[in-house]
Amino acid sequence: MRPDRVPAGRGTPLRPPRERAPWPLLAAAGLALLWLTVPLLGLVARAPWARLGEVLGSTPARQALALSAGTAGLATVVVVLLGVPLAWLLARPRSRAAGWLRALVTVPLILPPVVGGVALLSVWGRSGLLGGPLHDLTGWALPFTPWAVVVAQVFVGLPFLVLSVEGSLRALDRRHEEVSATLGATGWQTFTRVTLPLLAPGVLAGAVLAWARALGEFGATITFAGNFPGTTRTVPLQVYLSLEDDPGAALVLSVLLMGVPLVVLLLLRGRWTARW
Amino acid sequence: MRELTAVLAALLLLTVSAGCSPGPQPLVVHAAASLTDVLPRIGSRFSAEHGGVELVYDFGGSSSLAERIRQGSPGDVFVSASEPVMESLAGTGLVEQPVVVAGNVLQIATPPRNPAAVDTLDDFTRAELRLVACDPSVPCGAAAEQLFTTAGVEPRLDSLEGDVRAVLTKVAADEADAGLVYRTDVLAAAGRVEGVDVPGAEAASTRYPAAVVTTGERTEEARELVAYLLTPPAQQLLAGAGFRAP
Repeated sequence: MRPDRVPAGRGTPLRPPRERAPWPLLAAAGLALLWLTVPLLGLVARAPWARLGEVLGSTPARQALALSAGTAGLATVVVVLLGVPLAWLLARPRSRAAGWLRALVTVPLILPPVVGGVALLSVWGRSGLLGGPLHDLTGWALPFTPWAVVVAQVFVGLPFLVLSVEGSLRALDRRHEEVSATLGATGWQTFTRVTLPLLAPGVLAGAVLAWARALGEFGATITFAGNFPGTTRTVPLQVYLSLEDDPGAALVLSVLLMGVPLVVLLLLRGRWTARW
Repeated sequence: MRELTAVLAALLLLTVSAGCSPGPQPLVVHAAASLTDVLPRIGSRFSAEHGGVELVYDFGGSSSLAERIRQGSPGDVFVSASEPVMESLAGTGLVEQPVVVAGNVLQIATPPRNPAAVDTLDDFTRAELRLVACDPSVPCGAAAEQLFTTAGVEPRLDSLEGDVRAVLTKVAADEADAGLVYRTDVLAAAGRVEGVDVPGAEAASTRYPAAVVTTGERTEEARELVAYLLTPPAQQLLAGAGFRAP
């Protein structure tokens, strides 16, 4: 009998199955795991570890690392400040436009990053929709500056935080907010004193995902921001360039790019399981 | 569940039908990105004169292409925009003796009508302009660096791109006032950018060596194609695209 045909009987809780997981599921899951992890292991295996210090100490790598750390950090702050309110809007009960808005928010996730870069250029470029008037007024334009890197990173990172926080909001027990309101709190007070503290784990998880995505941003940056050491050449761009003349250095930086977010994710997971 | 199965089956069918291309194996040509427009035209003439042999192309940065050949990517002919890259492959026996089939020189590319009036290399020191070139670690950047050094100009560049097409894109999008690209790129982007000749550019020209990949399966036809690149009809097409004779 199909599970959805089971009558919704009350008082007879389903017993958790005791038998072993079916082998086709295990086989497919194992294959999926290998598919994801073997390339990462290959990267680790091929990286010239003896050159670690030399590569990381070199000027191009140091410049790229400093730029990536600064821009991705700033982008994450912007993502949290703007993303949490947007998630709150999407998760509001009986919000009619939410479905459409959610689809729009997902677009940067599925858009090829290069297309994202072209889109940003058409808006913020020197002759873009907003960048054009800005350039005419001030003589200043966004491309070729670190700000352009941040704009690209926020563009690709924001959806991760919004979807993560929205999920947490939906899982939240709304009665806390209702109680807060009946006790006379304003909407803002309820949001900052009740909703936000309950939401903290979700915000943290979303922020880490957005930060990791910002660190790895490549396509939109190279199309929109430019590629100059210390100004717009982030670690992924340095990796791409190093592939041309120093593949060893590219591998070392790639391992770093993979390892740092992984370590952060693992550390945070440990914290959550301990505290929540 | 039934819908999911149907969707998966449809996707699979789509994949299978796209992958089915019966017939003999084509001749695979790895070539530098700057040859994207002209090489297929030479190839179709070659094909017409050689019993309709099918050619497929893999265009990209010379170093990436060389790396692909090293990793065992199937290929019969390699045309590089960099002599050092070709020599490194020849050193490992992966290609036969290379021959230079064309040359290319740098030109200043500007948006149409050259609004910032960039006329010489000296203009690349103007602080108010947005200027781009290739990074010195790729062939077009090495040539640009040599050009600047010879002219005694210390450029103030805003971006050092990883390939010449990225430079061209920035100029064509009017995000940069000028960039250094190959003459062939300016011709290929007809109307979207304007070209300004640089005196002495010939001294810092890029040469294109071609060679037969030894791991290929159609070595005979590959040799014929490399030889064909030096014949008058091929050279005429190359010249028309802005390349220099070898």
